[in-house]
Amino acid sequence: MATQDVHAATLDHAHAAGHGHDHHDDHDEHHEQSFIRKYVFSEDHKIIAKQFLITGLLWALLGGALSMLFRLQLGFPNMDWTWLKPVLGNWIVDNKLDPNFYLAMVTMHGTIMVFFVLTAGLSGTFSNFLIPLQVGARDMASGFLNMLSYWFFFISSALMLISLFIETGPASGGWVIYPPLSALPQAMPGSGMGMTLWLTSMAIFIASSLLGSINYISTVINLRTRGMTFTRMPLTIWAFFLTAVIGILSFPVLFSAALLLIFDRSFGTSFYLSEIYINGQPLDNMGGSPILFQHLFWFLGHPEVYIVLLPALGITSEVIATMSRKPIFGYRAMIGSMIVIAFLSFIVWAHHMFVTGMNPFLGTIFMFLTLIIAVPSAVKAFNYITTLWRGNIIFTPAMLFSIGLVSLFISGGLTGIALGNSAIDIQLHDTYFVVAHFHLVMGSASFFGMMAGVYHWFPKMFGRMMNEKLGYIHFWMTFAGVYLVFFPMHYIGISGFPRRYYSFTSYDTFNMYQDLNSFISVAAIITFSSQLIFGFNFFYSIFRGRRATQNPWLSNSLEWTAPINAGHGNWVGAIPNVYRWPYDYSKPGHALDYIPQNVPHWETVESNLDHENDLIAFEREMEAEALADPQSAH
Amino acid sequence: MTTILFIGAILLLVIFGMLLKVQSMVDVVRGSFTKRAGFSNQVNAVLFLIFLVVGLGLFYWITVDSRQYYLPEAASEHGPKIDNQFWTTMIIITIVFVGTHLLLFTFPYLYQFKESRKATFFPDNHKLEFVWTIIPAIVLTILVLGGYKVWSEVTSPAPANHISFEIVGKQFNWMLRYPGKDGILGKHNFRKIDATNTLGIDFTDKNALDDFMPGEIHIPVGIPVKFNIRSRDVLHSVFAIHFRQKMDAVPGMPTSFWFTPTKTTADMRAETGNPNFTYEIACTEVCGAGHFGMKSKIVVDEPEDYAKWLETQQSFLSQNPDYIKDVPENLRSLAEQQLPKQAVTDSTTVVKAAASIQ
Repeated sequence: MATQDVHAATLDHAHAAGHGHDHHDDHDEHHEQSFIRKYVFSEDHKIIAKQFLITGLLWALLGGALSMLFRLQLGFPNMDWTWLKPVLGNWIVDNKLDPNFYLAMVTMHGTIMVFFVLTAGLSGTFSNFLIPLQVGARDMASGFLNMLSYWFFFISSALMLISLFIETGPASGGWVIYPPLSALPQAMPGSGMGMTLWLTSMAIFIASSLLGSINYISTVINLRTRGMTFTRMPLTIWAFFLTAVIGILSFPVLFSAALLLIFDRSFGTSFYLSEIYINGQPLDNMGGSPILFQHLFWFLGHPEVYIVLLPALGITSEVIATMSRKPIFGYRAMIGSMIVIAFLSFIVWAHHMFVTGMNPFLGTIFMFLTLIIAVPSAVKAFNYITTLWRGNIIFTPAMLFSIGLVSLFISGGLTGIALGNSAIDIQLHDTYFVVAHFHLVMGSASFFGMMAGVYHWFPKMFGRMMNEKLGYIHFWMTFAGVYLVFFPMHYIGISGFPRRYYSFTSYDTFNMYQDLNSFISVAAIITFSSQLIFGFNFFYSIFRGRRATQNPWLSNSLEWTAPINAGHGNWVGAIPNVYRWPYDYSKPGHALDYIPQNVPHWETVESNLDHENDLIAFEREMEAEALADPQSAH
Repeated sequence: MTTILFIGAILLLVIFGMLLKVQSMVDVVRGSFTKRAGFSNQVNAVLFLIFLVVGLGLFYWITVDSRQYYLPEAASEHGPKIDNQFWTTMIIITIVFVGTHLLLFTFPYLYQFKESRKATFFPDNHKLEFVWTIIPAIVLTILVLGGYKVWSEVTSPAPANHISFEIVGKQFNWMLRYPGKDGILGKHNFRKIDATNTLGIDFTDKNALDDFMPGEIHIPVGIPVKFNIRSRDVLHSVFAIHFRQKMDAVPGMPTSFWFTPTKTTADMRAETGNPNFTYEIACTEVCGAGHFGMKSKIVVDEPEDYAKWLETQQSFLSQNPDYIKDVPENLRSLAEQQLPKQAVTDSTTVVKAAASIQ
């Protein structure tokens, strides 16, 4: 009767608290592990997830700080930078910021946020943490590869960090590193050693991402517990699964793009270079095409948008359903739209290239394909709103961030309809309108998803609760701040202001909006500072937070059936069987407003739908099978 | 000083931590943790309403206040069509934006947690889902077809009566070359670039002999004009803001766009009330430290003024007679027509002199 025991444990908080106490001791069922094996070179997916999370948060702090610096330049172009000389050293020339370093910061902000925070920090954290716990597995398919995945990420991070401190500065040609600018050290200082480190770091990062993705996919396919069919998986798992599939198909293409660029830079090939005269010298490179790089780059670059967004949407689906105490509306439509989005994400890349000189006919095709993506996205947005309708909503910080995500997803997604239209894109391409668009829909929305995930699963990760009041303050400051920063950028973009400009003073056409730019900078600084509230709350709560109960949100999914501070292996005793989907919230007839996935239908006869009663005989069989199977017991 | 600040910061953190501890103890005593949703829940629900009202208010205010700066006045034939596409799209998405947010932010208020209530078990509704799949699909189809029409028009080949010139990006300025009287741009070769012949004009091509390189762009109003775009080092992008055109300059791959200007610079000065109005070109593909200063000017003239301007322009060869040494023998006499009068008297000396300088 192992399953019933586990179910009992869900409701029995005393049992949970009992586990809470041996937090600092090693877990009873596991032999003693050295500190290094347990916390550094760990193969436990939960530890690896925390490693990804904390590394990602540190990167977020750095990436955000860089944006503060260039926002100072944009908001206050006449500012005296002397006071920052102790930090920035020779990048301050005559009390002014060096334009090269301005571009370096823009580039590193983009690289750090897209890859290190929102890919590794978001997907790496929650795929690792939730996949085994939510599908009912003791660990990832390969704990060793999983460990390698983190440590490759760590090496990659170290290289990228080092590149910030070298004399010629880090890569500076924009996060898209278009050649020839990125290929020629004589074009800008950042294209020297900084670019070499960038490419090396990214190559290692890609290896890390692939190791992770292979693991996520094999775990989801092979290690689901008894009864966990694909249509009973939480939407988080669907999102992580599809994200991994996208990553595995697109990251290798970025790798080849980077590899060819390395060849062009170091071995004299001409994949991307042709007819170039620079620094008083014609170069020998002939016959290459910079457009080739753009195709290869965006073949990853666009799916990358969904690599960062889908996990956030998955987390939101889970949190909104749980905290509305309602099933997610249109579960199958949600899966369907994610599959459609994942598929379409591969055939829209050239909408980043409407005005690069690509054949206009291709532009037409990509415009049609791009705008199709709006349909599944709309379905998702409507489904979230309908899930709130007639719910019984509890506003945890995670729930606030999830609702915030839906808002940002809508606001940022809608302007994509303008940008995806190639005719309109002629005017808007590479203006602040684009900056506003992707910071809302991809940057902020994904960041909100990450925050929702941290607040929601913090009790599961650390056995303690984060402070809710601080969470509320953090949310409202961030939510208002994000809108105050990025919404006005649309207007700046409509006036034609190009992005990646150090200043606008030399143009008559761009002689307005200095006040608005200053306002944005102030709003950005306040928003960034409010993240320190989160940082404090996070680290304080790890050590001093209130102790968590086993299932603090009264959630249905499987991770909450595992003990608080579960050891390597996740469940003590048998892994629970799964009898239902994860969204049986507020089911009519049931006394409680949730029924965890491991509760069989024979225990909930009063709330079963007709077809569910038919499942009982089958479930009995399954349970008997599980009891007879020595593998399922620990 | 720094140490004091550092100690101060640590002290602040400690005080903050203690306050937090006190607050959570008070909460424990009050029993708020045993309740599923307390007073904070109502506060957050109301905050969503306030956020909605204030947010929509600010949205309205900035939208009205920024109207003076919206899309700079369109000055090409296709410009208003693009603007039209843009505003149609913006109106539709604004309606959706406001509509969805009205629901998204009022639902949290309306359906905030009440112990006595149970949420409605409403897992799906195929009719509803069908409706909100099909409606966006139809709206998007309409928008795409409109965009397709304008896009095809803008990117179609330039009409036969167009004039053309060349704009070439380098770090960090735009260089210009007009075809001269023959109306045909001569060949170029990047290996022939030097400090004076910055475009690498190839003088073995007879069409190159009368090419000239002005300091600013002049184009006639009402006549289709084609920009032949090149780059000689890294990517750049020509953004002709008022003409609603943009195209990357790609080393090794010539690109182009064309448009028909509809307003002269003088027209725009009258229309905008700004006596100093100038059409400007900006670079919109990051190209290095000077990216933000890579500006060029366009002057749109009446056709007769344009013709006058053309008359005053002198060919590259006439200004740099040294380059006559690059002209092959069979074209020499043709080239000499470009030279200033006194130079023509003895072009061979010029060639010799040039050779000796080299």
